[in-house]
Amino acid sequence: MSDALDQEDWSKPAAMAIPEGGYFKEKVEQGRYGPVFPKSPACYGFTIIAKIIPGREEVFYEYGRTLERAVAGQPDCLAILELHYLRWVLFPIKGETYFMYQGIFDTDFDKYTEDAVSLFTKLGIRTVFENLEGFPTDWQTNAPAFIKFVRDHQCPSFLEYGEYPYVSADEIKKALKLKAAFSSMLDQMQ
Amino acid sequence: MLEFEDIQHILLTRAPALTGRYEFLSFRNAAGGRAWLSAILETVQSAAAMQASVDQNKRWVTVAFTWNGLRALGVDEASLATFPEEFRQGMVARAEMLGDTGENHPDNWVDGLASPDLHAIAILFARDGTERQRCQAEHAKLVAQCAGVELLSTLDLEATPPYDYAHDHFGYRDRLSQPVIDGTGEVPTPGSGAPLKPGEFILGYPDEAGPPANLPQPEILSRNGSYMAYRRLEEHVGRFRDFLRQHGQTPEEQELIAAKLMGRWRSGAPLVLAPDRDDPALGADPQRNNDFNYKQMDPHGYAVPLGSHMRRLNPRDTAANMNRRRLIRRGATYGPHLPEDAAEDGLERGIAAFIVCASLIRQFEFAQNVWVNDRTFHELGNERDPIIGTQDGTLEYKIPRRPIRKKIAGLPAFTTVRGGAYFFLPGIKALRYLATPSDARQG
Repeated sequence: MSDALDQEDWSKPAAMAIPEGGYFKEKVEQGRYGPVFPKSPACYGFTIIAKIIPGREEVFYEYGRTLERAVAGQPDCLAILELHYLRWVLFPIKGETYFMYQGIFDTDFDKYTEDAVSLFTKLGIRTVFENLEGFPTDWQTNAPAFIKFVRDHQCPSFLEYGEYPYVSADEIKKALKLKAAFSSMLDQMQ
Repeated sequence: MLEFEDIQHILLTRAPALTGRYEFLSFRNAAGGRAWLSAILETVQSAAAMQASVDQNKRWVTVAFTWNGLRALGVDEASLATFPEEFRQGMVARAEMLGDTGENHPDNWVDGLASPDLHAIAILFARDGTERQRCQAEHAKLVAQCAGVELLSTLDLEATPPYDYAHDHFGYRDRLSQPVIDGTGEVPTPGSGAPLKPGEFILGYPDEAGPPANLPQPEILSRNGSYMAYRRLEEHVGRFRDFLRQHGQTPEEQELIAAKLMGRWRSGAPLVLAPDRDDPALGADPQRNNDFNYKQMDPHGYAVPLGSHMRRLNPRDTAANMNRRRLIRRGATYGPHLPEDAAEDGLERGIAAFIVCASLIRQFEFAQNVWVNDRTFHELGNERDPIIGTQDGTLEYKIPRRPIRKKIAGLPAFTTVRGGAYFFLPGIKALRYLATPSDARQG
């Protein structure tokens, strides 16, 4: 549920400073698996950072190629996650490799993770999370454990900005379709 | 193979009852609770027993327990800890997430339903009022015999006229779109989708994601069990009828508004198949009344508004993982019928229903949190379910139509949550297990 709608005005760029911990203490919304990180001008999202199991770097690069092929073969395969953008990053800290998974989406955090578990299972994709230290091995049958891992490794933003704040990916796609339809209509009137 | 002789009948069957009663109980001590359970479980029928005797029987009994109730019966802490978090917390603790705020808040619930002392429910469905009275007296005798067992509250159920089909106080035909469980032999009606794996509703069986996992322990306690979310929803019939009159000049326009809120005409005819005028014959025909989809037949909601009750609770082919979100509904109406031409009388009437599922968090809570109360469902913005969503008069309801949609601002609350609870519905063997003191159990 989002109660941020009242201040939503896509035409006015907006920034939101977020308190330490990721929640506004006076306005914490409860979700099914715990408090929900607030919707910001950059919509819902997460930044998950975890250490990878040493020596598994190549698995991540291979996973990148696999997911590229999956999306090319079925462009709407991730549609249920209601995404804007995803970024997968590997980076070193003191000789060890860490993984950052950053997403911006329009559904809430718990629904995203629950849908992702189901999606990975259905597509037969092993999640790259299996190569992270501490990831539950029974994730395919234990969505709550997957969600707990993701929550435990979430690093909430302290500031988020949107040039066209709060607008969902669906609304953006609708606007682009409308523009295309108008262009086509104008072409017909020449 | 489903163990029909061990599954409580309410999970798989619907009793041919016109009346009934819920009795909510509290156990002051485990021995008393077990004595009560030992006695009443002789009347609790399995699905197999119920089907074999349905023509002769006049009453059907179900029993279920809250997490506090399992503890009060003497279930040990190690076992209690294996139940899922949401069930352990109970519906009251989950109120904000469920949208039970304002008038719907547990502080306003009736009959002790928000109390941690709520331990068990005995559900009675009876063929007629005489049988209900007899059962009520029998149960009162039993409770009096069991030291430490107290009746917290009761609720009498009554079907509303006309009695020839199931419907609520608003007049909407009910029981039109129920999932079918694989292995029951039941054939889904056209449009209802394939049968679902039993583990979506019954613990101990494979579900749509694979073999069963993370079930409460010991196995005898969870096998053939399920969870039930109880919701006592008051229906504000006078307010609903006033709303229809306010937004419809003629009886036909009022019927159309009622249909647009639900997604079906009150006769049950779906708007996708009967967009302009009611078709009662279609509404009453199970071979046709559920045979439609949204993606191809009504993608923009010109027939069934995107935010209508039916579309939110079962988005069909426009939502992901539908097979993991399905719910079985049981229950009945309560309170006096309000005749069509009568003014609001201020008496409480509504639906007292159980939503049955194998995972409260994945099925019931998802539906309530994401489908019913998400203001941005289908990009609607500023809307919730018009029938059961949390409404405070500030939200709207949009009815798509060409050339310009109709927008109703300030939608009133047509329903109020008057109580609720999470219950565990054990199998028959599990009831015997619970009725036996732990030091006397075998195995």
